[in-house]
Amino acid sequence: MKSAPRPFFRNRDQMIPGRPAPVTQVGVLGWLRTNLFSSWFNTLLTVAALVLLWRIVPPLLGWTVFNADFSGETGEECTAAGACWAWVDQRINQFLYGFYPPRAYWRVNVALLLLIPAVAYVLFDKLPYAKYGRWYSLSYPVIAAILLIGGFGIERVPTDQFGGFMLNLVAGLAGIALSLPIGILLALGRRAKLPVVRYASVIFIEVVRGVPLITLLFVAIIILELFLPPRVSLAQLVRVMVMITAFSSAYMSEVIRGGLQSIPSGQDEAAQAMGLSYWKKMRLVILPQALKISIPGIVNTFIGLFKDTTLVVTIGLFDILGQARLLQTNPDWIGKVDHETFLLAALFFFVICFSMSRYSINLERRLDTTRR
Amino acid sequence: MGGPSRGVILQLLLVLAVALFFAFVVANTKANLERAGLSAGYGFLWDTSAFDINQRLISYDSTNTYGRAFIVGGLNTVLVASMGVIAATIIGFLAGILRLSPNFLISRIVTVYVEFTRNVPLLLQIIFWWVILLALPRVRDSIQVGAFYLNNRGVRMPAPVFEQGSVVLLIGLVVGVVATILVARWARARQDATGHKFPVGWTGLGLVVGLPLVLFLITGRPIGLDLPEMGRFNLQGGFNITPELVALWLALSTYTGSFISEIVRGGILSVNKGQTEAAGALGLPSGLTLRKVILPQAMRAIVPPLTSQYLNLTKNSSLAVAIGYQDLVSIGDTILNQSGQALEVISIYMVTYLSLSLLTSTFMNWYNGRIALVER
Repeated sequence: MKSAPRPFFRNRDQMIPGRPAPVTQVGVLGWLRTNLFSSWFNTLLTVAALVLLWRIVPPLLGWTVFNADFSGETGEECTAAGACWAWVDQRINQFLYGFYPPRAYWRVNVALLLLIPAVAYVLFDKLPYAKYGRWYSLSYPVIAAILLIGGFGIERVPTDQFGGFMLNLVAGLAGIALSLPIGILLALGRRAKLPVVRYASVIFIEVVRGVPLITLLFVAIIILELFLPPRVSLAQLVRVMVMITAFSSAYMSEVIRGGLQSIPSGQDEAAQAMGLSYWKKMRLVILPQALKISIPGIVNTFIGLFKDTTLVVTIGLFDILGQARLLQTNPDWIGKVDHETFLLAALFFFVICFSMSRYSINLERRLDTTRR
Repeated sequence: MGGPSRGVILQLLLVLAVALFFAFVVANTKANLERAGLSAGYGFLWDTSAFDINQRLISYDSTNTYGRAFIVGGLNTVLVASMGVIAATIIGFLAGILRLSPNFLISRIVTVYVEFTRNVPLLLQIIFWWVILLALPRVRDSIQVGAFYLNNRGVRMPAPVFEQGSVVLLIGLVVGVVATILVARWARARQDATGHKFPVGWTGLGLVVGLPLVLFLITGRPIGLDLPEMGRFNLQGGFNITPELVALWLALSTYTGSFISEIVRGGILSVNKGQTEAAGALGLPSGLTLRKVILPQAMRAIVPPLTSQYLNLTKNSSLAVAIGYQDLVSIGDTILNQSGQALEVISIYMVTYLSLSLLTSTFMNWYNGRIALVER
């Protein structure tokens, strides 16, 4: 009797323990290989990127921080090779408030503080006292206007003393608050069955979208005067705000129209079958869905509007950009703060616009009920 | 019963309100114009302008008319807008593709660039570049880069000089381009029919570049270069680009480029991942996959928003007025101040920008129609 042939493969009575992955595939080394040096082309890109970073980052840090001057009364005391930040200490109020009287700065600050709950009640729905909060948000523009302009026992400040970053904020926030409802109305008007309403909306939207904002601002300062009866004159700030609002309403309406178009007509028909009136149908069924879809576009329009508020400098208002230009030509600072003032102004805008765009991405994910 | 009649009443009310508004505006305008002693109409376009324009594409001096000044300004707008569109498209596509690169460093650097330029006002960027360019050394201490001179008056570069016989070269170029298009058509037809490929790229290069080059040598080099030279006080010869144009162009193309890069990125991400995997399974290298599989499909999502970015760039070029580049709005502003014809000047702005927008969107719609998905 022959013994059973020896199997070609030796049977194991236990599992082979897993071997660790090669060092080149895991950990720091693996990460480097897959992300930076996966092919010769990728390696080339990495080297180019490193050279670029080396050329830009250390000199920039040196200029902004390590070789910079941070104190001094005038630009002449800035003797270091880097940036001259001394003006921030001396002139930041002018940068932020323009020519607003210093004794009334607190009013701007209070208005800004009161803005936080007003915005919060619009953005978040799970806050205490939400019902009263909504009313507060609605009445906030009036409160802010009284605080900033005065009247009702508070000292009046003419609007031509508004300036600096405060001017950008006031124009931007007013534009944002007004352009959304007007944009919704225009979008509904463009899709209305009534031909007069439709054509009026189309003409307004297309004409405004067809021309640069700057020409509208020129209209605001030159032509509005012609259109109004003699002796009636609007404050420059008001005219500018009217034009900025008109401009972004037209863009807003196109964003919202896109949202409206993506709602299937079954929704509309179902709402009609329920016997809802036009406005109820829009308010309860169509708009909540359409606005949700349009959020990224709406926020982008807001961001564009806020950045566009700097255009007021071309018609002689001194917003943050205007103040930067003023400082650059100020005898105390001339030739010293050309880049520094722009950098700080850019940072202000960046922080606000970047957070708005992040918030919109976040909101988009949260409201997205289709995926998942 | 209640529906339609209420609609009619609503519309009548709207018409009435609009008519009243216009009557009010027209009456006021008339009264205001009469008080100011101005007459409405476009007759002023034939008056002498009496101001100079240093940036011009056609001949112009201060004895010319307002009408010609408008044309000069319009051409300047078209110049900076088309330069900007080309540069912004290149920057945008590069940045959009690089941001999706697996290379960690590159995608982060591009992200920082895109987020920063997108979220800072364009006007600030324009003035920033302008201030930097004005801080360059004076003409006498120009920075020389090859045949280029950089100074606070702008960039002076070699200018081509066309002598007799250059027309032949132009004809050669046109023939080359036409021949390339014909060859490409024939090659595509052949590839569809037989599957054989034809090196269209190299043939085209030979026809478009080689043919004029050969003609250039045969006809005895009719095109020369006028090199700028440092004279005793000033640079002589060559061709000068003003710092205003450079600043506007840089800012417009980097700003719009960052928006285009987001559109390109979105377009590429919208292409189903299976397409990449299928192309990989067929053995296509990644560069070819991007060029032949991903981008053609992504273009369908890219082109419509790209069109509106081009329109935005054209309209944003009017910010030139802030740094004194003499575009349509800037020159129109001067004319408005001199002649007082506010309504007419603004109407010219509107008509010009509206027709530029229409022209761009017509072209882009034609292109969009060509690349659109053909359902069979």
